[in-house]
Amino acid sequence: MDKDTLLDWYRQMVLIRRFEERSDELYQLEGKIKGFLHLYIGQEAVAVGSIAARKAGDHIITAYRDHGHALAVGLTANEVMAELMGKATGVVGGRGGSMHMASKERTFWGGYGIVGAHISLGVGLALAEKYKGSDAVCLCYFGDGATNIGYFHESLNMAAVWDLPIVFICENNKYGMGTSIEKASATHKMVDKAKAYNIPGKQIDGMDIFAVHEATKKAVAACRKGKGPQFLEMMTYRYQGHSIGDRTRYRPEGELDKWRDEKDPIATLQAHLLKEGVDEAELVAIDQQIMKEVDEAVHFSNESPLPAQDTLFDYIYPSNAEAN
Amino acid sequence: MARLTLREAITEALREEMRRDENVFIMGEEVGAWGGTYAVTKGFLEEFGENRVRDTPISEMAIAGAATGAAMAGTRPIAEFMTINFAFVAFDAIVNHAAKVSYMFNGQFDCPVVFRAPGGGGKQLGATHSHTPDVIFAHFPGLKVVCPATPYDAKGMLKSAIRDNGPVLFIEPVALYTSPKVRDEVPDEEYTVPLGVSDVKREGSDVTIITYGEGLHTSLDAAKSLAAEGIEAEVIDLRSLQPLDMGPVVESFKKTFKAVVVEFGHQTYGVGAEIVARLQDEAFDYIDAPIKRVAQYDVPAPYSGELERSALPNAERVIAAVKEIL
Repeated sequence: MDKDTLLDWYRQMVLIRRFEERSDELYQLEGKIKGFLHLYIGQEAVAVGSIAARKAGDHIITAYRDHGHALAVGLTANEVMAELMGKATGVVGGRGGSMHMASKERTFWGGYGIVGAHISLGVGLALAEKYKGSDAVCLCYFGDGATNIGYFHESLNMAAVWDLPIVFICENNKYGMGTSIEKASATHKMVDKAKAYNIPGKQIDGMDIFAVHEATKKAVAACRKGKGPQFLEMMTYRYQGHSIGDRTRYRPEGELDKWRDEKDPIATLQAHLLKEGVDEAELVAIDQQIMKEVDEAVHFSNESPLPAQDTLFDYIYPSNAEAN
Repeated sequence: MARLTLREAITEALREEMRRDENVFIMGEEVGAWGGTYAVTKGFLEEFGENRVRDTPISEMAIAGAATGAAMAGTRPIAEFMTINFAFVAFDAIVNHAAKVSYMFNGQFDCPVVFRAPGGGGKQLGATHSHTPDVIFAHFPGLKVVCPATPYDAKGMLKSAIRDNGPVLFIEPVALYTSPKVRDEVPDEEYTVPLGVSDVKREGSDVTIITYGEGLHTSLDAAKSLAAEGIEAEVIDLRSLQPLDMGPVVESFKKTFKAVVVEFGHQTYGVGAEIVARLQDEAFDYIDAPIKRVAQYDVPAPYSGELERSALPNAERVIAAVKEIL
């Protein structure tokens, strides 16, 4: 991996971390963000490392903890932050909010708030590509909690029956809201559920961006070769609660500290870069530049207009300009 | 011109659209090798192949969800539910996803998916397999919900549904599929019937009967009997529940001052409730008598034939409702 790529990964992960920390403040201290807010802090290596393995035209679809994926596909901090604040300049004009970011241009299809539902949409994205005979692949992200819902099982089965080009990426952060895997899932390894559908799967250290990237690259390549769906269980950890207001009382004492102190994905990459001889000043410069970028995003969002009231009824139905 | 049954008209529309546009494909339970459990897609597998006529597992959530995703990515799937009763299992995928992606993502995504759903009762299939739940789906903005009652409309509306850039729930009254009475002249040349446009199926000046689907034929039967007694009923076929075209309904009501709504779904919170509310709002000064509703009684469908039929609307009940307000 060349130095520029690694610095870019570092930049992206730091951006997600600082962006999320600032969002937390804007919600809790300033009341500028409303509704639900699910933060991605701790899981940055998964989105950044895996999305870096896609080619243009490959699809990304994820659940409601989607700010990290939105930034990793290249949406700007300005438009993601403006969406959180419900502004017209947001990614989807203030219609979607935190859980529903999307960008057609970047083949990033969202951002979905109903647990597991988007897995079936992801299967559909892959189906469309197989139908058209293209070599595009779908990366479909979801949490460990989603593996207990019907959508998950129907979708994996259908993808396997039809050999669809989809990589199922389970971000296993140990808890579905506040309920641990041990309490919610009969099998404690999510990858075992993929095996039930004849889908090759692997458990990956989701805090190690190199491991994430390498595994995703291989899985995407297998899909592109027509080998059908692949499954990756990324072992990761969210540092914050499920959403704002969650005090995480369900966690054993010391668990968070252990993950943060020993496995933090940004600290790990930083240590690697320093060991490889990158000047610390270069990383500090990136950190400072990111702080400016996030400040600018807040400023941009504060200054942005609200969606015009006369747009309320726009887009209920897609335009039929070319139909009929 | 060919005289087609409703089912034949639907098959023709599907075949012609499949031939016209290679982005159109069919997915559903038993649509391929079996030829459709109601034989609507008989011969399709042979003509179009497995890629375009896809037998699915029994997985309604995934059928509806995958069809939605495939539609977003630029294909035009027609997802078939074996019956509308199974669409309940896929409710979230239909109303919470297909119907939301355009709006929620600020108009970035089209979603040209058609959900075909044979529906209706009266076939002695018991409480779980006999629903007419059309209004439930019509409650949600973002999903078009249509139901043709004639072969001409069925063919033209299905073509429009397939060419529409948004999701359409296309409900097919099974009771009318092969009914000789419903057989109709269908032009050989290309035509479409727009979605969201009500249609006056019989003109009259004494009372307005508002209906759709199977109810159209019950209402036309009633109108024929009433005519023999000198009562001329105007019969309006809504054809589309969402969007709902009140134009011809209000226009007719302003002429007759009296109305009966006929539907095969349950009465409570039904189509009748909506039409009555809109008429009192849009034509209050023209109301001469209570607006009556004839619907399926609020009871689960029993298995036994006569018992089941007694819960459904029939011409006698429509005639009685008309006479009550004349």
